[in-house]
Amino acid sequence: MYNGGKIIAGLIIFIALVTFPFYTNMGKTIEKPADLAAAPDELHIGDLPIGQMRAEHMMLLDKWRDEVVRGGQRYITYDGDEYEKSIQNGCLACHSKQEFCGKCHNFAGVNPYCWNCHYSEEEGLL
Amino acid sequence: MKIDRRKFLKLASCTGIGLGLSAADIFKDTVEASSGHSAVSTAATRYAMVVDVRKLQTAEEYQRIVSACNKIHNIPTLIPEKDDIKHEIKWIWNDTYGHAFPDQVNYYHPEAFKQKLFPLLCNHCDHPPCVRVCPTKATFKRPDGIVQQDMHRCIGCRFCMAACPYGSRSFNFVDPRPYIEDKNPEYPTRTMGVVEKCTFCSERLEKGQQPACAEASNGALVFGNLNDPESEVRKILKSNFSLQRKPELGTMPSVFYVIGGEEYAG
Amino acid sequence: MLDKALKGGKKYWTLVIILAAMSGVGVLTYLQQLKYGLGITGMSRDVSWGFYISQFTFLVGVAASAVMLVIPYYLHHFKKFSKIVILGEFLAVAAVTMCMLFIFVDMGQPMRIMNVFLYPTPNSILFWDATVLSGYLLLNITIGWATLHAEKRGTAPASWVKPLIYLSIPWAVSIHTVTAFLYAGLPGRHFWLTAIMAARFLASAFSGGPALLIILALIVRKNTKFDPGKEPIQAVAKIVTYAMIANVFFILLEIFTAFYSNIPGHMHAFEYLFAGIEGHAKLVPLMWTSVVCAVISLFLLIPYKFRENETLLIIACITVFISLWIDKGFGLVIGGFVPNHFGTVTEYWPTAKESLITLGIWSIGFLVLTILYKVAISVREELGTAKSEY
Repeated sequence: MYNGGKIIAGLIIFIALVTFPFYTNMGKTIEKPADLAAAPDELHIGDLPIGQMRAEHMMLLDKWRDEVVRGGQRYITYDGDEYEKSIQNGCLACHSKQEFCGKCHNFAGVNPYCWNCHYSEEEGLL
Repeated sequence: MKIDRRKFLKLASCTGIGLGLSAADIFKDTVEASSGHSAVSTAATRYAMVVDVRKLQTAEEYQRIVSACNKIHNIPTLIPEKDDIKHEIKWIWNDTYGHAFPDQVNYYHPEAFKQKLFPLLCNHCDHPPCVRVCPTKATFKRPDGIVQQDMHRCIGCRFCMAACPYGSRSFNFVDPRPYIEDKNPEYPTRTMGVVEKCTFCSERLEKGQQPACAEASNGALVFGNLNDPESEVRKILKSNFSLQRKPELGTMPSVFYVIGGEEYAG
Repeated sequence: MLDKALKGGKKYWTLVIILAAMSGVGVLTYLQQLKYGLGITGMSRDVSWGFYISQFTFLVGVAASAVMLVIPYYLHHFKKFSKIVILGEFLAVAAVTMCMLFIFVDMGQPMRIMNVFLYPTPNSILFWDATVLSGYLLLNITIGWATLHAEKRGTAPASWVKPLIYLSIPWAVSIHTVTAFLYAGLPGRHFWLTAIMAARFLASAFSGGPALLIILALIVRKNTKFDPGKEPIQAVAKIVTYAMIANVFFILLEIFTAFYSNIPGHMHAFEYLFAGIEGHAKLVPLMWTSVVCAVISLFLLIPYKFRENETLLIIACITVFISLWIDKGFGLVIGGFVPNHFGTVTEYWPTAKESLITLGIWSIGFLVLTILYKVAISVREELGTAKSEY
């Protein structure tokens, strides 16, 4: 093969780079979050079914953050009660950052930068 | 086209009158602009603050105002001494008249006045240069006059810091979290690499509360609606001599200083 | 044509490896900045822009200066520039690349850079700067490549290239005007708030850029078969001379206005830069170096007997470059921030890490330049047209 050595060396480097995510996670087991209590078709604050909330909460948070920061619309009324569209004063008032948010995020291998600014009282500033 | 003498005189006189009229217009504008604060914003609400420094005397009173803001907004106050000036974050702070109003100093101000401190903060300008230059609309002016900073959108280019003539903006040169003294769990911290500044406590206003500094000031800092003739800020401005910082730049600040007079004599 | 960059002699590869290594050091240092924040630089709350933005400002000028070759060659059919014009265009490509990298490393949140285009804000000059710079990069790489490709095949460039060349002329002026507007429109920054800022920028660009080009052209001639010709170099030297005169004249205008009006805010920055304020004088030696270099350069450039001597010419070009690099790549930006809005002085000096990142970007730029010049020169060496007949 013309320039065979170089091609094979290049291929090996390429494959090593592409498979990087697989072998860095090899041997690690991350606990799958247990079945969650709420049924997917129950409604969450904001009128979204919980199943959809699990999949799309980031889009809702993105929308709310613009409404709060840019539109000054901090509160949402749901079922007669008023809630604050806020991670620290809203979400974390009911959900635990470690137990609720953290478990799924760990399992999915995501590290949302929300936590660079927003923090929970239980964890403090990490 | 040939212009005879008669026609020329006619044209000339018309031009002269036109020039005269437009000059009069120019002067009219000038008079309004130099009166400092023409009513530019016609919105129902235009938030403003009046700082009555006569009511601030002890170091403790000054410090209480700054500390209230620092605590509520998770301001990193513990940045190491050597980087203090360089990486400092401040929303409201105290400085001398000479530093606050560098273009309005004279040699013979009473010594007591030269030492007098002035609480300084974002002026929430009617014509904010920071908003004009921001490339992402991360800083913007709300209909109620508050110049808001969207820390989610800020790219950290620091153009606003170059543009703000009041030094009211701070940049997170490092991660602020290790340097926060008293945490307020109801308010976020900031991430490294974004610009921040005073927000007139927009989150507290929404709850019907006063800005933290005003609340901690025993009535020395009065917050209110500048476009409401019956508001307290308007009443104070009506009955006292007041200053704005650098009015000649046309930014139209919303923070006013009542400086008093004879109490510095002696 | 890019394959030409893969075949080269020992000198070429040594240069490429050195530049690549220096770029690598810059990239590694940048990773540290990414982790610890812009706190690793010398910038501060008071001097919130430093080395990065000033290098960017200087290099926009270098990029814009390509137009000084394009106008004579394409608008006035000044045939003597036929060999050298490609050097100008490729220098512009490398300079704009560096500009963009300098803006990028200056950002606190580089991951959010697309926000500039996701939320387009026409009232922000920085938005326009990002737009015109991207456009200028595309224009120059397209024009340079297309004309070189046509030359290689021995045909005239495609018909769509001409309109792009004409477009690139006002575009070059626009990139530097817009960059000047970044500074010239800010209330309260007296040093920058001057109507001749854009004119000053263009004058310094049209002397500094072509001076660098002469240096590069002479290096290329010494090391390859490529020869841009003696007369074209002299023509560029004339451009450097007159632009440098205009630049010095404009600075003197600023000094007159500041000091004759006696307005403190207008004088402060000059006092800080050239004399220091209350013992704060970190930039004073640099600024006087710039003045001395400017004087030497004019002394060597204005008498045509001196500048016709290529040894003297190269000294003149180096002094022009140093003078302008200090003036624009240092003094202009820092001077605008000192003293600050409270009348006090916070000084700025780049840190070692900041300097390594800066050096890294310059290396990336020169790596791009080396590769592009290599391609252009190899094409002509093969065609046997590497030597100018002038």
